[in-house]
Amino acid sequence: MKGLPPVLITAVVLIAGFVLCAVQFPNIASTRVVGNLLTDSAFLGIVATGMTFVIISGGIDLSVGSVIGFTTVFVALAIERWGMPPLVAFVAILALSAAFGAAMGTVIHVFDLPPFIVTLAGMFLARGASFLLSTESVPITAPIYSTVSDFAVRMPGGGRLTAIAIIMLVIVIGGALLLQLTRFGANVYALGGSRATASLMGVAVGKMTVKIYMLSSLLAGIAGIVFSFYTSAGYSLSAVGVELDTIAAVVIGGTLLTGGQGSVIGTFLGVLIQGLIQTYINFDGTLSSWWTKIATGILLFAFIALQQGLVALARRPRTKSLGAAT
Amino acid sequence: MQNSLDPAAPLLEVRGISKSFGAVRALQEVDFTLRAGEIHALLGENGAGKSTLIKGVTGVFPRDAGIVRIGGEEIAPRSAKAAVAAGFATVYQEVNLLPNLSVAQNLFLDRQPMRFGIVRQGEMRRRAKALLADFGLDIDVAAPLGSYSVAVQHVTAIARAVDLSARVLILDEPTASLDRHEVEILFGIMRQLAKRGIGIVFVSHFLDQVYEISDRITVLRNGRLVGERETASLPRLDLIRMMLGRELAETTGARASAGEHKVRDICASFENYGKSGYVAPFNLELRHGEVVGLAGLLGSGRTETARLVFGAERADSGQARVEGAPVRLQSPRDGVRHGFGYCPEERKTEGIVAELTVRENIVLALQAKRGLHRPLSRREQDEIARRYVKMLDIRPTDPERPVGLLSGGNQQKVLLARWLATSPRLLVLDEPTRGIDVGAHAEIIRLIRELCDDGLSLLVISSELDEIVTYSDRVVVLRDRAHVEELAGEAIEVGNILAAIAADGAAAAHEVHP
Repeated sequence: MKGLPPVLITAVVLIAGFVLCAVQFPNIASTRVVGNLLTDSAFLGIVATGMTFVIISGGIDLSVGSVIGFTTVFVALAIERWGMPPLVAFVAILALSAAFGAAMGTVIHVFDLPPFIVTLAGMFLARGASFLLSTESVPITAPIYSTVSDFAVRMPGGGRLTAIAIIMLVIVIGGALLLQLTRFGANVYALGGSRATASLMGVAVGKMTVKIYMLSSLLAGIAGIVFSFYTSAGYSLSAVGVELDTIAAVVIGGTLLTGGQGSVIGTFLGVLIQGLIQTYINFDGTLSSWWTKIATGILLFAFIALQQGLVALARRPRTKSLGAAT
Repeated sequence: MQNSLDPAAPLLEVRGISKSFGAVRALQEVDFTLRAGEIHALLGENGAGKSTLIKGVTGVFPRDAGIVRIGGEEIAPRSAKAAVAAGFATVYQEVNLLPNLSVAQNLFLDRQPMRFGIVRQGEMRRRAKALLADFGLDIDVAAPLGSYSVAVQHVTAIARAVDLSARVLILDEPTASLDRHEVEILFGIMRQLAKRGIGIVFVSHFLDQVYEISDRITVLRNGRLVGERETASLPRLDLIRMMLGRELAETTGARASAGEHKVRDICASFENYGKSGYVAPFNLELRHGEVVGLAGLLGSGRTETARLVFGAERADSGQARVEGAPVRLQSPRDGVRHGFGYCPEERKTEGIVAELTVRENIVLALQAKRGLHRPLSRREQDEIARRYVKMLDIRPTDPERPVGLLSGGNQQKVLLARWLATSPRLLVLDEPTRGIDVGAHAEIIRLIRELCDDGLSLLVISSELDEIVTYSDRVVVLRDRAHVEELAGEAIEVGNILAAIAADGAAAAHEVHP
């Protein structure tokens, strides 16, 4: 319901981009490429879903990239060095990351600090902690990793919908439902509209803040596990700067950086747009991969300008007056 | 419901409520009584204590003294949520809802109908529609609240409040941004709610509306209760007197040497000067050595006139002249360049910089006028500060003290000093005696007279009619954002000003409020 026009614009950009790419490289329009695109974007899609909640609520979470990095190192060491069964390691890291997010949310609420600063501190903490665990890349050889990597649903046309892509799709859909259909979701929008007003209207602002950052860190943890499946290794330098890619995806997806408006589906489309640009560059073969960043930057500018325009339009109340309505 | 109560028993009883902010006594021993099913207007000029009373009663901030009883039961809400639980619903001029959420979500936030952890959207919308239908509103409740007019947002806020089983509905300036037709509809809703037994407190500065809707009126002035009257038996002139005047008898004799001045040169003049939707075009001449008072009720256009004169607001018609030469006043910078000074009403937010010292505050405007590349040396600053601290008798006399620690009267003097340091030809003072104690009043008034003996031209806004009468050479009376009368010489007396303000505003009542 909210932010629908920007989402439509994002969708149009994605489809237009896809068509243009397909005109130049007809091979792009195949389930094989689309399947790979989903697999490559899986961890970004998961973490961006959490970021969408944070940004709609009027906050920001800069720690997600570091949490992903920490997760990969933790999982690799737990399985390979400490001899933990993989599933136990997963549960442990998810509990840890959720607690980490809850702690950030608590600090933000109790000390009334800007989320930017608190999550920036969280970013350094998590990254530092992952270096503390190991400075080298730790390969993961556990059988579950090859099992998961080999698992895929075959799509018509030879494409493979991998396990991690499925995990991402499930989380995106779950996140969209959580945001649109539950009281929790409504409160997220309320917080983004105005914390003070939401509190006056009875929303438990403190609890909501804790839960939102917990959700974001938890999803970053899941993204970290997915990332470790994707690379079959844990490395403390992995996912550096991913928080910025994530924020970019959320904003391109039509979510207002100031909070109060946006959608998970839009974010998903934003993730796919970034993936599509990467795919195009791979197909072209001559372009440096840094062109992804440049194209993302240009798109971001365009979308921020577009949002400002839409916000300005929305500020003008509809002429429908009380009198006309009766 | 509360209908079962004895109708004569008050629904809301406030006894002896007091509240101070630092040295300022915002409320002193105020009583207020609201009966079930009545619409009770709470009136007073800016700073009279209306919002302090509302906030003290509903627990937005703790009160220093006094008790509040609702339906005979003593309550002391500590938060907005507790106030709602106690039966209060407050709707402010600024709608306290979330414009980014749908109308339905706003009505049912945090209490949506649920099934299996999922909000029943359809059910919620159906209920929202039914609820608003009670208020004569048929709108798409799935659309964001922000897409509707302020009137619809107000009604939504009222609907939410009433649905939360409010017994006391407080409407703080609800009509300020509504047009005439919307006001009618709002009044219809208010009457209907009153019939249901809800007590309504109506805060407004539109007296015509007060007479149209209210059963009873309580007037506050300078944080004190002036009185409670039946609306029907209170003539408009008496009401305005309650709001503005002290005892009439003690005022008129006090006029100083005003009128004995010989006619001096025109310092600044404004011909047909105005801005549509802001202040109707007016003619105003300000002479050297003369005090011109601006009188009128809150919202009559006094401050607006001052801001136009100073250049803080751009006029869209007319011509301004300084010493006979035409000038353009596009910004406060232009005003300062032509030797104008402006001490705004909101000292705290628009005037002083509380963290800076007395010295730094005093030299601020002078430094700005000189430009940053010609800094005042510390010695010059010290000398200027010392001179004005002495001249205006600012206490404590330490120029290095942060201004925030001074009393209201002394803060006002620091503001005055700031402008005097720039050697202005015209100084605009908006409510110079607001919020300062009575002793300081007299001093400020003495200063005003002295300043204009030195050839300065002064334009002074005040709600204190007896004060205006004391120091003004001429008084311009405003009503409904237009200059309606100019009094000079013997004609300057409180009675004449009151009469000009109270002159029937029936014609204006049907205008669309901007």
